[in-house]
Amino acid sequence: MSQFAGLSDISISEDIPVEGDISVPVGSQNPDDDFSTLDEPVKDTILRDLRAVGQKFVHVLYPKKSSALLKDWDLWGPLLLCVTLALMLQGGSADSGEDGRPQFAEVFVIIWFGSVIITLNSKLLGGTISFFQSLCVLGYCILPLTVAMIVCRIVLLGALSSVSFVVRLIVVTASFSWSTFASTAFLADSQPANRKALVVYPVFLFYFVIGWMILTFSPSP
Amino acid sequence: MCKTMSASQGSTNTNTEPWGSFEDNNIIQGSGSAVIDMENMDDTSGSSFEDMGEMHQRMKEEEEVTAEAAAIHPERLSHMRVLIYLVSTQVWQAGKQQASKAFNLYANIDILRPYFDVEPNQVRNRLIESLIPVRMINFPQKVAGELYGPMMLVFTMVAILLHGMKTSGTVIREGTLMGTAIGTCFGYWLGVSSFIYFLAYLCNAQITMLQMLSLLGYGLFGHCMVLFITYNVHFHSLFYILWLVIGGLSTLRMVAVLISRTVGQTPRLFLCGTLAALHMLFLLYLHFAYHKMVEGILDTLEGPNIPPIQRVARDVPVVASAVVNATIKSIAAVVQSQ
Repeated sequence: MSQFAGLSDISISEDIPVEGDISVPVGSQNPDDDFSTLDEPVKDTILRDLRAVGQKFVHVLYPKKSSALLKDWDLWGPLLLCVTLALMLQGGSADSGEDGRPQFAEVFVIIWFGSVIITLNSKLLGGTISFFQSLCVLGYCILPLTVAMIVCRIVLLGALSSVSFVVRLIVVTASFSWSTFASTAFLADSQPANRKALVVYPVFLFYFVIGWMILTFSPSP
Repeated sequence: MCKTMSASQGSTNTNTEPWGSFEDNNIIQGSGSAVIDMENMDDTSGSSFEDMGEMHQRMKEEEEVTAEAAAIHPERLSHMRVLIYLVSTQVWQAGKQQASKAFNLYANIDILRPYFDVEPNQVRNRLIESLIPVRMINFPQKVAGELYGPMMLVFTMVAILLHGMKTSGTVIREGTLMGTAIGTCFGYWLGVSSFIYFLAYLCNAQITMLQMLSLLGYGLFGHCMVLFITYNVHFHSLFYILWLVIGGLSTLRMVAVLISRTVGQTPRLFLCGTLAALHMLFLLYLHFAYHKMVEGILDTLEGPNIPPIQRVARDVPVVASAVVNATIKSIAAVVQSQ
């Protein structure tokens, strides 16, 4: 045992008891916690998710530099907004596509396909944001355009005149620039400084197309 | 260096080597057999060191799972529940590993990353240069191989086309407006690029597919400008002037680049003639396909056949439409008499 010769100096004096607990570091949850959210009533789950979605809506309407949208992303809000917008752009006419009105599937596909393209583009340009975070941000920032759609529908309940067109134009332009500004506030931080314009342009185009679809919407006679 | 495995669930492996020795990899857990099972060989990974790393990682995860299970007080859970937990965790981890491996192999967007490595001022310069034909055709002109600019131009053209289709009241019966616009623009960009690349291969031109995609994509900048102006300002003479000038400039630019990369008169003529024809005719088609005044031609030439794309009659000034219809009818009569 020559290799242990050097260790003979080290000794633990026997009057100090060595005691303690050795615990294997476990993951912070045991299986009981995994199942605990299944036992809660459905109302709690729905309310919790709705509260999270509502909180993110507030963050979109007042775009400060907060990371709530990014840290715990979820896709419920975008789905809600997308479905609402698509249903409202559908109009009451049962005859699909008779006068060039976008169909439900068209709006849905444009929003999700456009978001995926913008996300891929921002990732390819060297962004640090993850795929679903970017989808979450782009989806939530459709909120001002949905609000504009509701306003346009209300305005169109009146006469279809040039005044109503000007009002709708102003509302849609304002909400489209709000959407672009809000999503830029979240997305552009993750890009290198000199490439922000390259990321902002597709976002601008995306919200422009959606805003244009809202502006050219006319109800069925 | 044989390792013996106990034939129970949740057995632990005693590795004497830090990287995990060879025999541990392919022994099915719980079977107690020392035979290497080739089904478990991972044939999608490259080097064997990756395999070692993955196997080691997998065994560490299994050890963690069993350590978690062991740390749970046995009197709170029955053995069945431990079993279920272990099995489900292992299935989840195996599935996650397979999915992440497949994802990294097939959905690796890093392949495209070098083609998006541009600065905004580079994009702006290339956009402006796409309308300036080069003069030196004696040595090959440099073509930037990037895809950001072309893709953004194609999407812009989709948006402009959508606007044009909407204002002209085009009704698409079998399909959607957006689908048609996207199909037209992407079909042109990808299809004509591939076709010209194939012709370039036949004519021995020195151009790669990426360069052709990039060249044609930037050539769409002229188209975007002309369509943006003429979908909003409806004067035929203005369109023809813009078609010749701007369309012509962007075609000349592409043609000059191709000429500089091709040797021989006949290949040059063939290749550049085809590209010029396709590019100019595409702009002509885009203008007239979604234009208000085309009803006259349709009524005269098509007759009872109803095409898939229909137009809704719009209110145009009576005099102008009468003049146009008369002109078109006379042209149709001349054509039919020949």
